[in-house]
Amino acid sequence: MPPHDDEAPASPLALEIEGLSKTYAGGVTALHGLDLRVGAGEFFGLLGANGAGKTTTIGIVTSLCRKSGGHVRVYGHDLDREPAEVRRLIGLCPQEINFNLFETVEDILTNQAGFYGVPRRVARTLITRILEQLDLGAKRRAVARTLSGGMKRRLLIARSLVHDPRLVILDEPTAGVDVEMRRDTWAFLRRLNSEGRTIILTTHYLEEAEHLCDRIAILDHGRLLTVGPRRELLTRLAEEVYLFDLDSTAAGLPPPPPGVRWRTLDPHTLEVFVARDTDLTTLFLRLAEAGLRVRSLRNRANRLEELFLHLTARPAEAPVP
Amino acid sequence: MSPYWRTQAVAFVTILRREFLRILRIWPQTLFPSAITMTLYFVIFGSIIGRRVGLMDGVPYMAYIAPGLVMMAVITNSYSNVVSSFFGAKFSRYVEELLVAPVADVVVLLGYMGGGMIRGLTTGLIVTGVALFFAHLEIRHPWIMLTTVLITSATFSLAGFLNALFARKFDDISIIPTFVLTPLTYLGGVFYSIRVLPPFWRRLTRFNPILYMVNAFREGVLGVSDIGMVRAYTMMSLFLALFFIAAYVVLHRARGLKS
Repeated sequence: MPPHDDEAPASPLALEIEGLSKTYAGGVTALHGLDLRVGAGEFFGLLGANGAGKTTTIGIVTSLCRKSGGHVRVYGHDLDREPAEVRRLIGLCPQEINFNLFETVEDILTNQAGFYGVPRRVARTLITRILEQLDLGAKRRAVARTLSGGMKRRLLIARSLVHDPRLVILDEPTAGVDVEMRRDTWAFLRRLNSEGRTIILTTHYLEEAEHLCDRIAILDHGRLLTVGPRRELLTRLAEEVYLFDLDSTAAGLPPPPPGVRWRTLDPHTLEVFVARDTDLTTLFLRLAEAGLRVRSLRNRANRLEELFLHLTARPAEAPVP
Repeated sequence: MSPYWRTQAVAFVTILRREFLRILRIWPQTLFPSAITMTLYFVIFGSIIGRRVGLMDGVPYMAYIAPGLVMMAVITNSYSNVVSSFFGAKFSRYVEELLVAPVADVVVLLGYMGGGMIRGLTTGLIVTGVALFFAHLEIRHPWIMLTTVLITSATFSLAGFLNALFARKFDDISIIPTFVLTPLTYLGGVFYSIRVLPPFWRRLTRFNPILYMVNAFREGVLGVSDIGMVRAYTMMSLFLALFFIAAYVVLHRARGLKS
């Protein structure tokens, strides 16, 4: 049995996907009867490796791709019966730069607003606010090809908002963006969400999903692997892995306490595997008794990344530990 | 007006405006070349060779070819504007701006058609201005002239749109203009009356849609034509309807746009 989205809010739903399937002309099946529900006002993460079906799902929901079967509803509006209404409700920030590089920032945004029926006069006011919030105000009359990579990414986000959508779908919005700008973008997205917009985010930066998303779904080979609140998903991790930076060599390393495994990576670095619910105090005491002091520690990898690798390494039907 | 139609009206104006700005932004590519090319035609065919030809259908040769050259500019510019603009949008994927928005297919089609017509009519005006340096033109039937040029630019804008929908690479948008459009234009009675052709070629030429457009326009400007106006308008309307339906159906099926 594929996992079901039982944790989704009962109502209202921003996005409801039932039995969504997609087989491309070449015969490749990208989605196998996907079921997914996203509540209104949620910050929802859609994760998966390349080829998992994330972009196909987004493509179908945003009318860029045709589905082979199933149903999609956005705020109760059926994609097949009310396509224009569904499109009006969604703002898409795509993965790849897809605006006219020879147009100015202002023209790109006012044109997009116009395609949604927003007159230029009205759009200009909204655009001024969005550009200021995304720190692009000074680039309003710049030609798009002169923008830096990070600015182009922010312009994609700005473009997705020009018609004031209720559901914003962001496909890798911070790919190739430097750390500082990524943090600013996160703050902006949180603000958008706090204003009541539903946000669906796909990202390869699992740290990003862990920071931003209330609920997370993981897709694998066109199937829903798991879905649920972020905290609940993270508790499914059987153990966490830390790297300890020791102030002396780990030569006199004692045996680990119950629930802990460790190994030395180099004379000053200890990799420690800690089972869930293990008391970390015991661990530090054991090291202190052996005369080893821990100068610093860090997670070996992002916790969500651990979960992701753990889940996608198994067959889709395997139970989550 | 209902919110749906208001959205469609704003979207139509937006597409039209974007196309107009594109034409202005790259004017050395969109408006200038026709003026140069047609000046050369007037100098070579009209002034140098035309003197030896004398009268064609009772009209000086320079004046005789002027309407055809204007139509030639209208046809090629309407076509190439839409084919390059829409294929560019498809190739660079900013056509997705339209695909994700609640714009009706017919509005997308009319918007691009309108853009092609703007360029076709503008270059038509420019070439008419050039023609006036070489020939004395008196407009005999303004309504025939106007309706013919509008139908022609709309038809070839739609043809360009169809080409762009089917095109997968840049070669595909130059094959039709080079191997179909240019021969049809040259053989469509721009430079001669079909009365001078042998019977077989005269009959064959009647399958060429450009023949009807050039002759109707020549009737509007000079009052001379190889084709009766009822027949010309019937054929022009038929081609317009045919291209509109074909372009709409292909667009609606999202051929080459959606996987």
